[in-house]
Parts: sequence; structure tokens; C-alpha cells
Amino acid sequence: MIPAAFEYQRVSSVEEAIELLGRDEDAKLLAGGHSLIPALKLRITRPTVLVDIGRLGDLRYVREDGDRIAIGALARHAELAADPVLGQSCAVLAHAAGEVGDPQVRHRGTIGGSVSHADPASDLATVLLALDADLVVRSPGGERTIQAGEFFTGPFSNALAHDEVLVEIRVPKVEQGVYLKHVRRAQDWATVGVAAAHVGGRVQVGLASMGGTPLRARAVEDALAGGATPADAAGHAADGAEPPSDVSGSSEYRAHLARVLVRRALEQLS
Amino acid sequence: MSILGNRVLRVEDPRFLRGEGRYLENMPLEGAAWVTFVRSPLAHARVNAVDTTAAEALPNVQVFTGADVDAHPFGPPPYWNINPAMVRPLVARDVVRFAGEIVAVVVSEDRASGVDAAELVMVDYDSLPVVLTVEDAAKDEVLLFPDEGTNVAARGGSQEHDDGFFDGCDVVVSDTVWSQRMAAAPLEPRSAAAELGEDGRLTLWATSQTPHTDKMVVAGILGFDPAQVRVISQDVGGGFGAKMLEVEGLLIAWLARKLGRRVRWTETRTENMLALLHGRAQQLEFTLGGSRDGKVLAYRLDVLADAGAYPILGAFLPNLTGLMASAVYAIPKIEVESRSVVTNTTPTTSIRGAGRPEAAQAIERALDLYAAEIGLDPAEVRRTNFIPQDAFPHTTATGATYDSGDYEGALDLLLRSAGYDELREEQRRRRAEGGPVELGIGLAAYVEISNPVAETEFGEVEITEDGGAILRTGSFSHGQGHETTFAMIAAERLGLPVERVTVVKGDTDEIPQGAGTFGSKSTQIGGVAGRLAADEVVERAKGLAGDYLEASAADVVLDPALGRFHVVGTAEPSLSWVDLATRASTDGRLGELKVSQEFQAPPTFPFGIHLSVVDVDKETGKVELRRHVAVDDAGTLINPLVADGQVHGGIAFGVGQALYEEVVYGEDGYPLTGTFVGYAFPSAAELPSYERVEMVTPTPHNTLGVKGIGESGTVGSTPAVHNAVLDALAPYGVHHVDLPCNGENVWKALQEAKA
Amino acid sequence: MTNIAHETISLAVNGERREADVEPRQLLVYFLREQLGLTGTNVGCDTSSCGACTVLLDGESVKSCTVLAVQADGGEVTTIEGLASGDELHPVQQAFHEQHGLQCGYCTPGFVLATVSLLEENPSPSEEEIRRALEGNLCRCTGYHNIVRAVEAAARAGA
Repeated sequence: MIPAAFEYQRVSSVEEAIELLGRDEDAKLLAGGHSLIPALKLRITRPTVLVDIGRLGDLRYVREDGDRIAIGALARHAELAADPVLGQSCAVLAHAAGEVGDPQVRHRGTIGGSVSHADPASDLATVLLALDADLVVRSPGGERTIQAGEFFTGPFSNALAHDEVLVEIRVPKVEQGVYLKHVRRAQDWATVGVAAAHVGGRVQVGLASMGGTPLRARAVEDALAGGATPADAAGHAADGAEPPSDVSGSSEYRAHLARVLVRRALEQLS
Repeated sequence: MSILGNRVLRVEDPRFLRGEGRYLENMPLEGAAWVTFVRSPLAHARVNAVDTTAAEALPNVQVFTGADVDAHPFGPPPYWNINPAMVRPLVARDVVRFAGEIVAVVVSEDRASGVDAAELVMVDYDSLPVVLTVEDAAKDEVLLFPDEGTNVAARGGSQEHDDGFFDGCDVVVSDTVWSQRMAAAPLEPRSAAAELGEDGRLTLWATSQTPHTDKMVVAGILGFDPAQVRVISQDVGGGFGAKMLEVEGLLIAWLARKLGRRVRWTETRTENMLALLHGRAQQLEFTLGGSRDGKVLAYRLDVLADAGAYPILGAFLPNLTGLMASAVYAIPKIEVESRSVVTNTTPTTSIRGAGRPEAAQAIERALDLYAAEIGLDPAEVRRTNFIPQDAFPHTTATGATYDSGDYEGALDLLLRSAGYDELREEQRRRRAEGGPVELGIGLAAYVEISNPVAETEFGEVEITEDGGAILRTGSFSHGQGHETTFAMIAAERLGLPVERVTVVKGDTDEIPQGAGTFGSKSTQIGGVAGRLAADEVVERAKGLAGDYLEASAADVVLDPALGRFHVVGTAEPSLSWVDLATRASTDGRLGELKVSQEFQAPPTFPFGIHLSVVDVDKETGKVELRRHVAVDDAGTLINPLVADGQVHGGIAFGVGQALYEEVVYGEDGYPLTGTFVGYAFPSAAELPSYERVEMVTPTPHNTLGVKGIGESGTVGSTPAVHNAVLDALAPYGVHHVDLPCNGENVWKALQEAKA
Repeated sequence: MTNIAHETISLAVNGERREADVEPRQLLVYFLREQLGLTGTNVGCDTSSCGACTVLLDGESVKSCTVLAVQADGGEVTTIEGLASGDELHPVQQAFHEQHGLQCGYCTPGFVLATVSLLEENPSPSEEEIRRALEGNLCRCTGYHNIVRAVEAAARAGA
């Protein structure tokens, strides 16, 4: 319940944050704190210093940018769930944001924090993966874009260098998208989550809690592209996946759920 | 016009609503040292050495190990007939027997340093083989207490099995229900604090449902004269049967004496999930035989209970399970056998229902399996076998004497209230339509035993100088509303407004004796004791009033509506309680208006019948509880508002077992459900509103006619939901689903039926 | 205590300006309880699951066990102690009382604050919306039935 001791620095710019991260490889960013602080309390992680970027208001926005929607990394889940632009142009992401945790969590948790935490059960990460979102990161060398498919490298690990800060998430405008989340209780992490959307002319499918990272259900996508029905394509949902076994579900059950939920998601899409 | 039976809002609410609850962790306790327990991460291991050097290098930190703690071990009372060698040292010495067992005690100046220091205590363990299930424990291969030669800690019922028991039964059905291990999970984690006064008296503050019993245990184990021990429980945030004195409280008391200063402890939730004793964990193997036309003739129940590592109350509870095995049914032949075995898990104790939910979970599944086998409606099979309404008092073949009951009346009321025929019609329609979601309708009738060991409770009424009253009770409300309901009982007799009666509890110095609150006994013995004391106070007050009104006591009456004493036949002159108290005080006679009473009564038998409606997604297995209709009859209702709340909470607890909750151990004996993330007890989002249907069949065992309602909702709800799930899956040939009926267990059952 | 430098924070708590030195690792809930003596906010778990610690931070419900005190610097916190006006209970508190929406009381402050926040965002919620909005608050005593009635009553009262 009590975190191990750490130092604290509140910064007023991303550049300041980058500099502090660069100085100490055991420094960690603090945004909404709703992925980090639970880990601190259980002493699963013991950073030397927290670099608090939570007040960088410039990183809290949702705006149209051509054929993309640009989302500031510090936008909170509750804001995304209620955002009219997002609701209009990428409703599946707004919906998923409304599924994260519970109202109190959604008031504080940020999309940047949640996504960087790279929990394989993350609703938002799964949707971003299905949408082929771009993640814009800033480092001492400037800005670069990492594709969602490259971003999640393992359980709770991402492609960011230690001194890189995720500043923006860019998603395509999507007319049709579905996020289905199977849970034991409403506040729980997904036992299995399925995101499905029409992106650039094809149906793309993301899976939460089916492996060490959020996954793309490529076998499903290929089957659909090859003309399979939703029911037949969904049969491939667990292909190549090694779903975890835990108290929320065995790997067999998760594989089964993935097939059912993918079929339902695809049926809802058409 | 009696106040009893009215929906009186609770007088204790304001402090809770304002955030002024007197929970122990809120007490300032200036100067208290903080205690942090170091607990074994291993389920079974030899302890070779405990190195406290690094921990004690932190400023102002002291660490105590098993070798330091000179106190008796903690074990069950002898009349529970549990192996007396299987006792628990307060701090482990040579061996740890469950993950969570205390191996060292850290004392620090603040909470955070305690956590830091506890991490630095280095324990050298040698792992031992681990036994985690009752089946494995019963094999007596891995022994927790090798000198005892067995893992069986207690036995009950009859070891003899009659081979011809089911002769003459056309139909025999059997199955095994694993009533899974549950966590009580009160929202308030435990705290304890203690200090040794200069007068040598020990004060222990506790989050306990049983302060008076705790006082005796503390005295016995730590070698105090009981008169030198004071236990104080104030506001306790839920208990559910599990919050009674445990080793942590004893260690806090020991430390206060050892250090000569105040000490305090508050557990984290993780610690609570590990170390607050668990409940249920009974394997129920049942066999039921009957005729083809629906008459149950014989029932056998074999209970194999998981006592955890150190057998205590959980090892005794199969006696209650066996006692209530035949429930509401007039079954002529019953055989019960029980064994309690030790395993490398957290010890088990009572949690809401304590043995009676288990009995109901078995017999109600048996009835449904029997009904399915003979093709009769589950409601009708139950009706055919109920103990008839005119048969009370009724002594069962297991030796329980039920006081009063009307099971058929409850069934009729329930079926009408729920619209049973319409529900079956909807089910027929839905089945004809096909579709991914099946509708299930489940029934469960129950009778349970409240005040199960016929306890005695204390009640004292004292009139105060300002003409109000204090009711001191040995009961201990930790959410049940006694401050209001007991005040109502006394107020009704005294003719005072409810707000003028203050209920006091929880301090063993102020209240000389008490049975605490568990087993749904408080109103029927504590409330009644208060009533008897109030009645006696009124008699004495009549005497005093007579003196002041210059009449004989026999001619004085109390007008309860006005709260005034007057001579019979003439309303004036009269004296109010204020008048009486003022004059008596002046005359030094106020002490006459203080009376204590004890009341003991045999157990009473609340009963009821629940109906559950579930939607089961046959693809994902997920079960949604759509409706829950509950008839619960606990006799006279003192305050129907409070009674409703008890039933609602009871239902939720039982639904939690039916659909969501289980304490699950990993292969290594460490729980996988050690937090509120893993242990899924439901929120409002998982539950519907309930339909409670009132029914009142008084008991003859006390003048109020009141039984106990606190656990009723739990006893009836789990089997109703379980049966509903099975009912939904009946078309698929499913006859068994493991509890909890979560998505995976339902899906597995469907897979097995297909195979 | 550690050697880590303390941070000075300044915030409004129940309308009153408070200033204090805190360890960076100190959780807001412990700051409120132990440094400010506002023990009405309770700690019920260690995984941000139960909501007993719910307070309002800048008008929104948050789990104060999952916020560092330093994060609340410059902000406005409302705890259960800040709801009533003297003798008069806040309409949400009054509704919980009238509907018997509490038993042991431990989860109650969290539910009350969560309800205040809910009704601020959705003044006329349906039963389903209420139950979803309370998904982050756990109660072991009431079975939630009367809590939902309390929220409905508070909504009708225009809380």
C-alpha cells in the first residue's frame, strides 16, 4: 500500500521531462498515475524519481487534422469518451475510452499513460492497434512517429527509448468500429477484448488479453480479405495466439471467447 | 400504537454520513508505535533462521521473532472436539503451514518505515511439499502435523454407512457440490491497538464482533486475570462472521505489555485477503433417494471440510451443516458424516451463514436433480416434501427442533409474487425461438438455524438524570442497526421516543458480559434482554412514581404513548420520565432505575424460499442475474427497513458465491486472488434490484416472536441462482456446473455435456 | 522516514486553504487522513478497486488512494466532511439516510462523493446508468439495492 520512496520533479515542458529522463534510467513519467501508482503501491516498480508531466495542458486535446484525429497524450479517458469530435469521427475509440476502469479512474487516467504502460489487457491500446494508429514521440533528437504495430514490444514494454515521451496519438477517421469487452465485473480488465473497424478499405481486428501484448488478429483479417464470412473468419481469432491463463480465464476459454467475440464484432460491423 | 414494525430511519446514520465513523484506524492514539507483520510467502516450509539485522538497522525499528514471543498458542475451545495438538503459535517458529503465516513482527515509529523494514527481514526457508485440496489432504500423504499421523482434525456425524440405506427408493440421484472457499472481505480491513496502563490493566482496541469473548481469550493466552483486561470495539466496518480475535490482536496485546507503550496495527487489503480467516470450503457429496411420484425417502450427506492450516471454527461448522442437512423437508432417513482436514491454506472460520448455506447448497441441488429425474416441476417436488405447516415444533432426523414454519405458505407467496407461471411461459417461448441467451429459473427453499448454540445475552437499561435511557447491550452491531432497533424495543416499553434511548455496546468495562454478534442471534437474545430490562425498569419506576404520587405501586400505570406515569383511572397528576428522573436524582434514588437482565433461548429457525431468474449466454457462458425474488421469514419484524437491508446484503453475498467469487490458490499455495482485482466480489453493476416479499411467522421462543434475519438472504440465494443456471442449461444435458457459475465454468459444463 | 526531500503543497480542502510538507510518495488519502485529520475518507483496498477513498478533486470524483498528494497541489479537494452545511446534510447524504443506503458505513463516504459527481454529470440517470456509474465502488453490506434507491431519490430531489 505504501510505495517505496522516490524523488519528485514537476516539469513545465516536455523538453524538461526528456532531460530528466535522460539523466536517470530509473526515472519514470507520471501523467494521470492510474497505471503507475497501483504498481508503486504494490512495490512492483521502484523508480528513483517521478517526473510529473500531468499539468502540461498543451498535451490535452482532440482535434481534426486532415483525415486523422490528433489526440494529445494527456487527454483523459473521460474526456475522450465524451468528446464530440472523437464521437463523430472515431466513435470506437471514444467508446473504448468509456470502458476503461470506472468513472473515478476515467477522470484521471490518460490515453498516453495507459498506452505507454503497454498492458496487454489495455482497451485503448487494442483499439489503437486495430486502427493502425500513429504514436508521435519526442526525444532529444526531435519527433518521430511509431506505428501502433511497432509500439507494443512485450508485456508492459514499449518501443520508447528511455528518454522519449509520447506526445500525440493519431487515429484515422473511422465510420464503423466496434469494441467488445468481456469482463467478469464491469470495473475489471478485459478477460478478452475485441476491436474491429473498417480501416482503409479492409477490416482490422485487435485483441486484448490474448497474449503478451495487444494483438492483431491477422488470420481473421486475411480470411475476410479472402472473402470468408464473419463466422468463418472468426474461427481464426486465436490462431497463433498464446492467451494467458489466470483467475479471469484459462487460455482455452480465452481462445474460445476470442472466436465468439470476433464473430459478434464482425457481425455488428456489417 | 407501537413503534415496532415501523420503518424507522437509523439514528446512527449521521456520523457515518458525515465521515465521523469511529473506526479504529481513525483513532489518533498519540505516541503509538506501528506494527507490521512479516508473513510467509511459502505455504509449507521449515523456518531455519530469521535474520532481522538489515531491518533493525533502520532507525527506531525493532523486530520480534517466534523465539521472542512467549505466549500460549492459539487454538479452539475443547468443546468443538478438534484435535488439540493442531494449535497455532502466534508467530511461527520452526515451520510455516500457510502462505500468510506470521514469521516476524516489526515495530516502527510510522507506517511507512514499518513497510520498508518488513521488506528487509530475511527468512531462510526450506520448502516442504504442499497439500492444498481436501481430497489430497484426506489421503494423509503430506502431513501438516506429522506427530498426529493424519490431516483429519475433526469428525462429526456417523462414521457408519448403512449399505441398504436407499433400499426401496425407485430413484437415486447424487452429485458433489464444492462450496468454494470465500473471503469475508468486509470493506474495513482489521486494526488493533493496545496499551498497558500504569495500573497494570491491558486495554485492547479491536475491530471485533465479539469483544467479551476476545477479552477471555486474551486473558487466557497472555496470562492476565480477566479483570485486568479491557477490550473496546467501537464502529466496525463489517464483519460477516470473520472478525473475531485472531493472532494479530493477541500479538498487539503482547507487544503493548512487552514494550510498555501503545502499539497499533492496520492491515492492508492484500494482508486481509491472506490472513483474515476464509470461509465455506466444504465438499458436499450428497445422495438422495425417493419414489417415482415425488416423495423423498432418504438423504445422505458426506461433508469434507477444509479447515486450513490451523483448525478452528471452520473445522467445527460441518456440525451445523449436518444438523441442517434435511432443511425444510420431512425426510425420514438421514445419514450425515463429516470430516475436517487441514491443508496448507489460510484457516477457515464462519462467514455469513456458517455451515447452513452449505447444507442448503447440497439439498437444493439434490431436489432439482431428483425433480429432473422424475419429470416433476421443482416447485411441486418441494411442496410434496415440505414439513407441513401443522407439524411444528418439528424435530428432524438430524436432531434439530424447528420452532415454527410455514414452508408451503412461503412457496405459494413466492410463486405468486414472482409470476412463476408467466416465467415458465417466457422460458418456453424463448426456447422455441432459439437464440444465444437461455433463460433459467431457479428455486431454493431453506430453513436455517439462528442463535445456533442457544446463547445468553445481557441487556441493561438505565434511566439518566435527563429522563432519557441508556441501553447497554452485549450484542455488537457492525452494520446491523442495533442502535435503532434495540432502541425501538426499549423505547416501546418505556414510552420514550426512540431518539431518547441511547444504545451502548462494545466496551467490556462498561458492559459486563456479552455474546457479541454472529449467528443472527442479536435481536432474539440481546433485543429481548433489553426488553426485559426495560420492563423491570418500568416496574420500579411505577414504585417510585407511586411514592411521588402518594399511591401504591400497584395502582400506578405507565401510558406508553405519552411516556407518563399516573394513577390508574386518572390521567393527572402524572409524571414524565424527566419529572421522575429529576426527583429521583434529587432523592438519591435514580440508581433504582437501572436494571440488567440476561436472556437465553433455544435456537430459532428462520426460513424462506428464493427464486432467481438468469440469462445465460450459451456461447460465452456468462450469467446475468435478471431478477431475484426472496421470501424470507424471520418472525416478527422490529424494523422492516433494517430487515430489508439485511436481506439485500445477504442476497448479494450469496449471489457473489453463486456467480463471482472464489479464493483460488496457485500450485505453490500462494493465493491468486489476493486483491480486489483477482477476487471478484460484485459491484452494483453486476446485480439487479431485489424483490423482497415479507412474511412473518413468529417464534414461540421469545416474547417478541423474533428470529434472526442477518444470514437468511445468503442461505437462500446461492442455491436459487445455482439452480437457475442449471435450469437454463437443462436442454443441453448439463447436470452440474461448478460454483461459481462464471463464464468459464458454464462453458466447461456445456463442453462436457457435448462430449 | 527517508532522506527524500519533502515537497510543499498548497491546496483547498473543503473550501479551506491548507499548506503542508509531504513526502512525494504520500498518497492523497493518507495526507487527508493523517496530516489533515480528515478521517472520513476510508481506505478499503490497495488496488484502486473499492472506491471507499473517493473524494472530489477539482470537482470530479477520484480515488484518493491513486493520487499522490503532490498531484493535488494547487487543486480543490472536497471530502465527505465538506458536504454538510452545519446541521443540514447535503441532499445526497439525506437521500442515503432516508433510503437506508448504508449499514456499517465504511464505504459510504466514497459512495456519497461518487454520487455527487455522477449527478453533476448526469442529473437524471436511469437505474442502469446509476449501477454502471457506481461500478468503481464496492459495498459488502447493502447489496446495493438501497444505494441505488438513494441515488434515485437524490436525483429527484435535484441534488
